[in-house]
Amino acid sequence: MSDNDKTNVAPGPVYSEGGMDFLVTRQRRLVTVYAPLAVFTFVLLFPFYWMTITAFKGNDDLYNYEKYSPFWVSNPTLANVKKLLFDTAYPEWLFNTMLVSVSSTCIALFASVLAAYAIERLRFKGSKWVGLGVYAAYLVPPSILFIPLATMVFKLDLFDTRWALILTYPTFLIPFCTWLLMGYFKSIPYELEECALIDGATRLEILIKIVLPLAVPGLISAGIFAFTLSWNEFIYALTFISSSEVKTVPVGVITELVDGDVYHWGSLMAGALFGSIPVAILYSFFVEYYVAGMTGAVKE
Amino acid sequence: MSQGSGLSLLGRLNNSANALGFIFMLPAAAILLVFLTYPLGLGMWLGLTDTKIGRDGVFVGLENYKSLAEDSVFWLSVFNTVFYTAVASFFKFFLGLWLALLLNENIKFKSFMRAILLLPWIVPTTLSAIAFWWIYDSQFSIISWVLVKAGLIDKYINFLGDGWNARFSVIAANIWRGIPFVAISLLAGLQTISPSLYEAATIDGASPWQRFRHITYPLLTPIIAIVMTFSVLFTFTDFQLIYVITRGGPVNATHLMATLSFQRAIPGGQLAEGAAIAMAMVPFLIGAILISFFGLQRRAWQQGTKD
Repeated sequence: MSDNDKTNVAPGPVYSEGGMDFLVTRQRRLVTVYAPLAVFTFVLLFPFYWMTITAFKGNDDLYNYEKYSPFWVSNPTLANVKKLLFDTAYPEWLFNTMLVSVSSTCIALFASVLAAYAIERLRFKGSKWVGLGVYAAYLVPPSILFIPLATMVFKLDLFDTRWALILTYPTFLIPFCTWLLMGYFKSIPYELEECALIDGATRLEILIKIVLPLAVPGLISAGIFAFTLSWNEFIYALTFISSSEVKTVPVGVITELVDGDVYHWGSLMAGALFGSIPVAILYSFFVEYYVAGMTGAVKE
Repeated sequence: MSQGSGLSLLGRLNNSANALGFIFMLPAAAILLVFLTYPLGLGMWLGLTDTKIGRDGVFVGLENYKSLAEDSVFWLSVFNTVFYTAVASFFKFFLGLWLALLLNENIKFKSFMRAILLLPWIVPTTLSAIAFWWIYDSQFSIISWVLVKAGLIDKYINFLGDGWNARFSVIAANIWRGIPFVAISLLAGLQTISPSLYEAATIDGASPWQRFRHITYPLLTPIIAIVMTFSVLFTFTDFQLIYVITRGGPVNATHLMATLSFQRAIPGGQLAEGAAIAMAMVPFLIGAILISFFGLQRRAWQQGTKD
């Protein structure tokens, strides 16, 4: 997909950079392309700007719009961040979120690689139906599963533990990752495997030594995607966890930083900001893989 | 595998696609069967019992569904869900398509633009919802402040205190979050359309609208079908945004089926009733999946292949 993008940006070798742009005047382009694009950018990014500056505002800045302009920080303060880090369990929530996301992503990747390889390459009896089943599983939303899962988690004595999340998150990660990886495995020439088979390699060796190294972009896409999905998960974590020390960031921020009717907007925003930064950083390193994963899953 | 042990168990397994396929499928299948298929069935069963938190229920048939049928709050949540999904999906589609078409132009910093415009979609929804909550605050809303300063309104908008205002406020937040997904997915589709088609059409004197209507739209239809199915599916089962911004208020005006199901089941303790509400979403979801299926069918038909 990332290769595709590069070729598509300048479509075909024959066409000049601007395509048919010469037919449209500069002024017209300014109005029909750049102006709407600027509005889109402003609207889509404004909440983040607002979140960021609120996180560094003191109470004067925050509530007195007449004296201080609300659009920037007049007296930047780290009080909100300090409160978040030292007066709440926020660092623990970050740790939990990280632990749960990494573990469930690893479990999901392990299971998905094997499943995708089996469905796509071993072509066992009924593999087509299993593939369809995986696709159907992808369409089952967490909001209709959380109640029965809650009763199961309770019966299995997993309630209020990180295991409850580590074991349930793969249910929405595996279908997605499997589907994505099937697409990647499909693109690896079968001849490579046949050669290895003739040379006496086992299927497992082929998977580890030939297929996986060639599917690294797919693995990265699936991994990043799975990590972000786990990091963002809310309803399971809200239902299965009640003690502060095992909460994840989204749940902790919502349930513990809002006490009664007093909203500490500064620390709430700081909580939201620092919960978003890790995924944003990860995303910024792997944008192409992320986009490939997203569009790949849709196109398959 | 050493020579001579060709008939060993491992050797035979290695040669049998079926046996090996079974072993390779095992981890994924185990997790999905235990934590996805089983709970799906369990949810259906719970909806037919009178289970409460801390008490196993007995089979009561369709009692839960009968009481829901007479429950005005449930019907309000159904209305809200359909309204929320319809309005939000409509705008997500048009704005998303527009943004995709804009990004498909030869603009500067294209990859960079694409990267930052995806941010609303990758940041945890609960956390961006908090930002919206603050933007919609009754006393310190930045939107109200700007509009008052500009002289367009004279008193602050009660974003979340009034039923219809609250509905449109959460819908706006949902649209904000969904546009990037629709736009980037459709952009990927647009990039597969050969520019020569547009050039040929332009030479034949086609207007920009005709080029869109007769080239872009038909070639994009399969992707639109899939993207919108996912979008509808996610919107219909949305939980996070509502839970964070309004918790279903004011007076249940923004309760979706998912949030009502949560409220009845977990804080309310009525697991069976919550499960019944969740199950009531299934027919709608099946509808969405069927649309996706026929979208795929159409693609196969357009490409003239059988699969």
